[in-house]
Amino acid sequence: MNENEIRGLVDSVKDGRMDRRAFIQRMVAVGLSAPIASQILVWNGVAMAQSKLEYKPTKRGGGGPLKVLWWQGPTLLNPHFAVGTKEQDAARIFYEPLANWDPDGNLIPVLAAEIPTRENGGLAADGKSVVWKLKPGIKWHDGKPVTADDMIFNWQFAKDPATASVTIGTYRDVEVEKIDDLSVRVKFKIPTPFWADAFVGTRGSLIPKHLFEAFSGAKSREAPANLSPVGTGPYKFVEFKPGDLVKGSINMDYHKPNMPHFDSIEMKGGGDAASAARAVLQTGEYDYGWNIQVEEDVIARLEKGGKGKALISKGANIEFILLNHTDPWTEVDGERASLKTKHPTLLDPAVRKALQLLVDRKGVEEFIYGRAGIATANFLNAPERFNSKNMTFEFNVDKANKILDDGGWKRGSDGIREKDGKKLKYVFQTSINGPRQKTQAIIKQACQKAGIDLELKSVVASVYFSSDVANPDTYTKFYCDLEMYTTTMTQPDPTQFMLQFASWEAATKENKWQGQNISRWSNKEYDETYKASVGELDPVKRAAMFIKMNDLIIADNAIIPVVYRPRLYVINEKLRAPISGWDTDTGSLEFWYREA
Amino acid sequence: MGTYVLRRLLIAIPSLLGISAVLFCVMALAPGDPFGELATNPNVPPEVRAALREKFGMDDPILMRYWHWLVAMLQGDWGFSFVSRINVDTLILQRIPATLAIVGLSQILAICIAIPVGVYSATRPYSIFDQIANTLAFIGFSLPTFFTGLLFILLFSVKLDWLPFVYRSDLSATGLQWWWEQFKQSIMPICVLGFFQAASMIRYVRSAVLDVIRLDYVTTARAKGLGEKVVITKHVVRNALIPVVTLVALQMPAVFGGAIVTEQIFRIPGIGSLLISSILSNDTPVVMAVTFVFSCLVVLFNLIADVLYGWLDPRISYS
Repeated sequence: MNENEIRGLVDSVKDGRMDRRAFIQRMVAVGLSAPIASQILVWNGVAMAQSKLEYKPTKRGGGGPLKVLWWQGPTLLNPHFAVGTKEQDAARIFYEPLANWDPDGNLIPVLAAEIPTRENGGLAADGKSVVWKLKPGIKWHDGKPVTADDMIFNWQFAKDPATASVTIGTYRDVEVEKIDDLSVRVKFKIPTPFWADAFVGTRGSLIPKHLFEAFSGAKSREAPANLSPVGTGPYKFVEFKPGDLVKGSINMDYHKPNMPHFDSIEMKGGGDAASAARAVLQTGEYDYGWNIQVEEDVIARLEKGGKGKALISKGANIEFILLNHTDPWTEVDGERASLKTKHPTLLDPAVRKALQLLVDRKGVEEFIYGRAGIATANFLNAPERFNSKNMTFEFNVDKANKILDDGGWKRGSDGIREKDGKKLKYVFQTSINGPRQKTQAIIKQACQKAGIDLELKSVVASVYFSSDVANPDTYTKFYCDLEMYTTTMTQPDPTQFMLQFASWEAATKENKWQGQNISRWSNKEYDETYKASVGELDPVKRAAMFIKMNDLIIADNAIIPVVYRPRLYVINEKLRAPISGWDTDTGSLEFWYREA
Repeated sequence: MGTYVLRRLLIAIPSLLGISAVLFCVMALAPGDPFGELATNPNVPPEVRAALREKFGMDDPILMRYWHWLVAMLQGDWGFSFVSRINVDTLILQRIPATLAIVGLSQILAICIAIPVGVYSATRPYSIFDQIANTLAFIGFSLPTFFTGLLFILLFSVKLDWLPFVYRSDLSATGLQWWWEQFKQSIMPICVLGFFQAASMIRYVRSAVLDVIRLDYVTTARAKGLGEKVVITKHVVRNALIPVVTLVALQMPAVFGGAIVTEQIFRIPGIGSLLISSILSNDTPVVMAVTFVFSCLVVLFNLIADVLYGWLDPRISYS
């Protein structure tokens, strides 16, 4: 899909020949995130869809208590320190950003008076600034007004390295200046096509200046408000026990009419995912259960309890297999998988193509992940797939065999193919996790039929995903031929995401394996396209560039996508909660209500 | 006596130092860090993670980190949790009530079951009652608590729907209603732990009583014409309980340490669940504090047990 084709589609949305949602779905199908697709429309003057989050209650409160279960309890409530999603979820009960993402990837104003567009003067034509306006009359829970000073403060707080915030990546490269009491201008150093990062979604929650001002920088840990948040959210803080409980009561001065519905909220932490699902689906003790990573047959059995159901929220998390492009078995300057080496067999396109054909994605979906893993070619997808209504994933052992035969890989006496004395024997690693080991086994079986021998290796997750420089088994070191993990994309902009294939980002000893290009794939055209995309303002051109980058990766079989990993959650039959995969689970908490 | 206690306390110092050094090294050598969740999210630049590690001093040499920790600990500063950035003592104090209530009550339940059953079966060895008690005791301590816990949940929460299986530390009810709800949510974990403890204690009590009941002074007491009840309670049980008291004293640290598995199953916010989640997230300061307090308690209660022993049995002297 190139630039012209996208423009054509945008036009048909404008004329009304195609609806927004269909457009967004098509863009998602070529590997763009829904928020990016939605921004293409905004840029081209198709108004952002009026968010259609359903909300029936006609008065504030009266919904009784809302009881939600997070099987890993939140450990802190300051959004700038929120390491994991569980902390972001808990912080969002009390703190709010200026805007957040709905399930379709549209921006919805929360504290903002409106979403910045070029029409309303919010977006600068040169892409170097964006103006955010606060809705007037919003008050912190303690009655003080929310002003532009609070926004400035949040920027200063987060960007200070001494604060040790996890949001520093969002705020350190921007400048925020005050326009008047209710509006600020966020200025970027370079033209920035994706401007909805600072003050938006998971990184955007505002903390009050008057309570945190004295605790900026190195003293940030000592702020009493870390433990008793005062925000703007639909619920006011009552009680917090790290890892166990977060409790809030209704905010009667909430800035949206008739919201929230519930009189109190109780977020209980601890335990395990399966029993959390049980407490929602079978006994009904709780109304909502977060991130239920439980196998499909268990979920299906619990659902028969009839008290609730399991649903998914789609983001862009993907489980994929990386092929090592460097040689993990040769040490150069004290470093294995060094950029100075080349993988002896995996650089042969025939071998990579064959491996691609040997991954039975549909089987992995059906027998392992169920609802929580959808077989995909979408994330990094070939354009013709997109045109085809018939999205099948090719799993074809015969074809793989033929490609290998044609490539000159002959079966040896042990049934393993070899060429020039190099055998197709690989070590395939992943973290220890039931579904992953099963996936490994399925792939190993198929490879065996094609004369490729896989040795399976599984590493404890805490080792595999650690940043421990001394440990050889981390996923960033990639000291083996193939590896598999999920890369998350909680934020909608693919710029960071696509860095994973830029050649200068290769993980090496020099950068302590912090580079993001783990497969060490390198491609000049890709690098150039990436660099061009960084400053490209026209979302259509930019989208076309991302699609091109996807094509380059896929055409080269640099990696093998396996399944989409939507988040699975369990919810009471009567509870209505819009959950967006582009935001935290509690991102639209004010919209939650119970059907009578 | 005084010098004995003093000597024992002095000996405890090097052993506590040793324990803390070993604990610290194990924690430092274990892979992973508290910010693992940031790792697979490409939107968080790796430098952010590196900066956090540096800020919390996790890249310093182990010896230096240990020294810092030790000096702070001696001054009463337990440090703060890397994960929640809260002072460790606050975290631990929050968790103590639930642990004391659940594990403490389960110990009491265990004693209340074990002593009468153990004594009764020892007085009638190989009777039907003894056989049944023995069988149940064997089953009791062969079944791990995570299994009985799940069994209880399936039966009482899912099938019968009588009891909740998620422990809440914030019951909204007041007065009698509060006690009733507290009772409902505590009874399962208390029973699971209590039965398990009772099972092994029954065996202990039974054999202790059996040892004593054959002694000559018991026969003498009976020959004097004392009633069976008096013989058993005044003469047998009192002496037989000396080793049992020691056993219970040594169990006391466990009451503070919590019950990791059971707390996890029933979501009891106790020390055990704090420990396990801290270990999983490599939150060194919390793990160190919990385990260190635990080892102090073990040393202390060992001493108390020894002192108690001498008090219960005058034949033992400390000179």
